[in-house]
Order: sequence, then C-alpha cells, then structure tokens
Amino acid sequence: MTRTQTRLAVRHRLAERGVDRQLWLLVPGLACVLALFVYPFAYGIGLSFQPAEGGVFGAYRAFFADAYQRDTIATTLSLSLPAAILNVAASVPIAYRMRGRFRGKRLLTTVLVVPITLGTVLTAEGLLNYLGPAGWFNRLLFFVDEPIRLTNNYWGVFFSLVITGFPFAFLLILSYLSGIDPTLERAAATLGAGRRQRFQRITLPLLAPGLATTFCLTFVLAFSVFPSAVLVGDPAGTTRVISIAAYHAAYEVYDYSLGSAIAVVMGVVELLVVAIVLGLRSLLYTGSTGGKG
Amino acid sequence: MTGFDELRLDGVRRRFGGQDALAGLSLTIRRGEFIALLGPSGCGKSTALNCLAGLLPLSEGSIWQDGARLDTLPPEKRGFGMVFQSYALFPHLSVRKNIAFGLQMRRLPRDEVRRRTDQALSLVRLEEHAKKLPGQLSGGQQQRVAIARAVVLEPSLVLMDEPLSNLDAKLRLEMRTEIRRLHQTLGLTTVYVTHDQEEALSLADRLVVLRDGRVEQIGTPEDLHERPANRHVADFMGYRNLLPMKVKAVHGPVVAVEGSGLTLEGTAVGPLSPGDDVVAGIRPEDLHEGGSGVPVTVEVVEYQGRELAVEARTQSGDAVHLRAATRPAPGDQITVTAAPARVLVFPS
Repeated sequence: MTRTQTRLAVRHRLAERGVDRQLWLLVPGLACVLALFVYPFAYGIGLSFQPAEGGVFGAYRAFFADAYQRDTIATTLSLSLPAAILNVAASVPIAYRMRGRFRGKRLLTTVLVVPITLGTVLTAEGLLNYLGPAGWFNRLLFFVDEPIRLTNNYWGVFFSLVITGFPFAFLLILSYLSGIDPTLERAAATLGAGRRQRFQRITLPLLAPGLATTFCLTFVLAFSVFPSAVLVGDPAGTTRVISIAAYHAAYEVYDYSLGSAIAVVMGVVELLVVAIVLGLRSLLYTGSTGGKG
Repeated sequence: MTGFDELRLDGVRRRFGGQDALAGLSLTIRRGEFIALLGPSGCGKSTALNCLAGLLPLSEGSIWQDGARLDTLPPEKRGFGMVFQSYALFPHLSVRKNIAFGLQMRRLPRDEVRRRTDQALSLVRLEEHAKKLPGQLSGGQQQRVAIARAVVLEPSLVLMDEPLSNLDAKLRLEMRTEIRRLHQTLGLTTVYVTHDQEEALSLADRLVVLRDGRVEQIGTPEDLHERPANRHVADFMGYRNLLPMKVKAVHGPVVAVEGSGLTLEGTAVGPLSPGDDVVAGIRPEDLHEGGSGVPVTVEVVEYQGRELAVEARTQSGDAVHLRAATRPAPGDQITVTAAPARVLVFPS
C-alpha cells in the first residue's frame, strides 16, 4: 500500500468514529464557552475558598453561621418553589385548551408571551402602580378601610415571578402537549373513557416528564430573582433573597470570597432541587408520545 | 354480547369548511355483517367511520341503533370498538394495560378484567409480550394489540380504519385472514375502511364504494366484481382497460362499439343508443391474445409468475392491458379479442 492509501484508510476509519473535519465547527462555540463560562465559573469557585480570614471554608462558615444570611435560602425557596409550581399548574389547563387549532390562537399566544419581552423592571413598575396602596387595585376595593398591601412585600415579588415565569412555562408545556398524538385521546374515548379520564390516564402521564422539565426551568429562573425582589419586594426583610445577599457581600462589603461562596451555595441548592425533580421524572415513562413534537 | 339488530345511517353528511367530505350516506348495517367502505383517498370513507365512532359530529342526518338515536352521543357512550390506522396504542402502558384499559373504564371487577384481558391476549397470541411496552413490538404485533384492545370489550360494532396499510405485503395477507377469522369466531359486526379493493372484496359481506363523498354503489363482492354500476366503480374493481368509444349498433343487451382503435361487442350497463359516447371496460385477464381480433403493438411485458402482463398500443395510440401465456417481444404485432359478456359498456 502506498502512503496516500494508508492515510486515506486512517482518515476513513476516524470518520467512522465521528472524527473528521466537521469537528472544527465546534471550535468557536467551545472557545466562547471556555472563556466566558468555564473560566469565570472556576475562578468564582476558587475565590470562594480564599477568604481573607477563617481558612479554606471560612466564607462558607461565615454564611451558615449568620442566621440573617442563612435564612435567605429559605426565603428564596419560599418564593421560587410556589411560583414555579403555580406557573406550571396554571399553564397546563390553558395549554391543554389551546393545543388544537382555532381562530385567534396566534393573538392569544402573543398576549401571553408579551411579559417575556417586557423584562422584569417594567413589570415591577407596573405592579407598583397597579397593586400599590394608591393603585387601581386598591381603589376598586373602596370598601376596605386599610389598603391591602400587595407590594413591597412577599406578594409583590411573588406576582412578579408569576408574570415573568408563566410565559416560559406556558410555551414549553404547549410544545410538549402538541407532541402528544391526539389520536391517543380519541382511542381512549372509543374505549369508554370520559374527558376527565382521558386527561388523567393518557395525556397527563405522557405530559408529566415535560412538566418536570418545565418546573426545573421556571424554578431556576425564579430562584435567581433579583430585580423584582428589590423593586417590588422588601429587600431588607421578607424578600431578602439569596441573590441580594450575594450582591451585598460582593459589591457593598467588597468581600468577594463571601459573595462567591453565596453564589456557589445558590447553585448547589438549585442543583439539589433539580436533581430531586429529575430523579422523580426518571421514574415516569419518557419515551415517544407519538406526536409531531 | 350487547348488540343491535340493525344500525341505520340516515343521510349522514359532513362538511369541512363549506365542502362536503361526505354527502348523504344512507346505509343499514345488520348484526353480524362485515361492511367495507371502499374508495380512493379523500372519498369520505374515514369521515364516515369517524362519524360512526362519534369522533366527528355530523353536519346533517342521523344515526339510529335499532330505535335509539346514536349520533348525539359522545364516543365513550357508544360502546363501539375502533382500530386506528396508526394503532394509537398508549405508549406509556404495557400491552396488558392497553388491552385492559377499556375494561377498567367500565369499572368491571378486577378478576373479570384479568380474565378477559388474558383471553384477548391469547386470542391474538401475544401472551408472552404482555408486559412489554408498545414501542418494543413489531408493526404486526402492535396491530394485534390494537385489535385485541378493541374487541376485548365485545363491542356491538368494530370500526377499522385502514388497519393493514402500515404492514408489509406478507403480513398484510396474514392479518387479513386473522381479521376475518376474529369477525367470524367472535360474531362481530364490523365496518372496515380501505382503499384496497382486493382487501375489501376478500373480507366484506357487503361493500360501499364511495367517491367524492358520494355513494357510487352498495353491494356484495360478487355484485361489484361482476356488475359494477358505473365506470368509476369498474375502475376500482380492476377494469384496467377503460376505453372511450362510440356505440355503432344496439341488439338488446349487446352493443357493438368502436373507437380507440378497437372494434368490440359488449354488454350495455344502462340504456344506450347508436351514436352515444361510451366507455368500454375490460379486465386485462379478459382481453385475450390471438384469433381474428384487433391488431395491437406490444410495448411492455412484465413477468407475473403464471402469466405475463402486457401493455400494448392500438393503432390509434391508446394503451391496452392484457395477459399473455407466452412472452411476446416488445414491438411484436399481436391481435386481441374479448368475449362480449366480459366487456362492459358504460355511458360516459
């Protein structure tokens, strides 16, 4: 065999294992990920283990020893878990109703999706004006003596999380639902299953893995809440979420190590919740659902 | 088995966006019958089936089960079994649970559900696959699950929507026999939708031929095969030669026709008079080579086992199809004849 032939044969064998010139296409993306994500991430973790005092775990010890800091985990969970659950739960019936084709579907989808494009700050602004003590909502409730406080506390942040998180949940669930073959429900109907049984026994089990994924995504979004916790919340008290604690440590006290440690704790808590949900998801049927999805 | 004596469709019509998908189907189905709805795609046969199942509301007309009106009931209250073209097996449930689903919906006692599911599993010979998910089965096995799931409820009517169209040719033949066997042994009443005339002829007691949402003919397989009512039914029943011609003379039922480069005698379907434009329908197997027939030129010869399929051209350039016992060569001149009883002459 000549040398060119040998080289060709080697190239052919490599290509069969996925090693060929197309691998170069990965380079720009990989470089960006390394430079903009992996390096800063590793740097932050490293920073969290280098506090000014207290040894390697000093920053973590400082965070967990201080109840004011430690409690931000519970505060954030108490906001993000209910918000994520509500977003998923509210999306299911609406997406279920909208899974077919009907007149005005595009308009309705657009209206539901608009909050994504507005951003948290504008939403918070709107909430302050609408739900505030002198806003329209309380003016309509003229029969109550004291205005109901729905801003600058837990509820303000909660509403803001629902408004911004719902469109994500809705769009995801709608696409999961349209991936389920509609003939399955028709088949269930011919077998004597009523509307409710069709949903419970056929659609819901096939949708459940999608709901778990959707929950994880909306939860992570809600867990890292920052702008609305400051703008419509009570950032010094009831809505002092973990991202505020991290910001405070890093940019007001200039303790970068503590700030990084809090960010790492934040990531670990998120990962734990996601791991639990995905663990439960793996117990479900996750194969083909027969649809076009 | 809960059953009916007759199921009557009365002027069933279904429109989609102002267009008739099904324009007035009237049909009486008797208990124990095997009815095939036959027609090309878009003829309204699946629409008719979905209307029967209750998956599509009617635009007009009504459906009666003995004395009771049925078309106002939702599908889950009709008690019909349905086999879908895509099988529509529940992908997250095992074979056993798929089959038991309908029984559970009826809230039957647990041991009865188990007993009847076991019976249905052995009926379609899938006992050892009971615990598998549908995705782990072959197409033919999925098909059998779909059938078992529909018949386990002992429905008064089984609806089948092209159930064999996703199977390969060999399996299709096997399953065809299997479906007819189940129909007979279980004493089912079946409405079967297909576009395959051979399937319909071999399975059904009565056929309904549909075209553009309208009924073209209703009859037994023999009726349709021997006496198609018009050229469209003939086209569907294997009259591959449909040649435009003109009537030369009429002698009772026998008419002499001419055109497309041929001169033939045939049997009139409907009243005809000399000078009428007609279509002569001849099956390839009824057009014979030899004798003092009309000369044609052989173009294509296909080997088909016992015989050869020949496409030839008449002197006027029209294509004719015939069978030959010996292999002619392309370009050969041969003569063809057909017995007058085997040539059907339809008004065009």
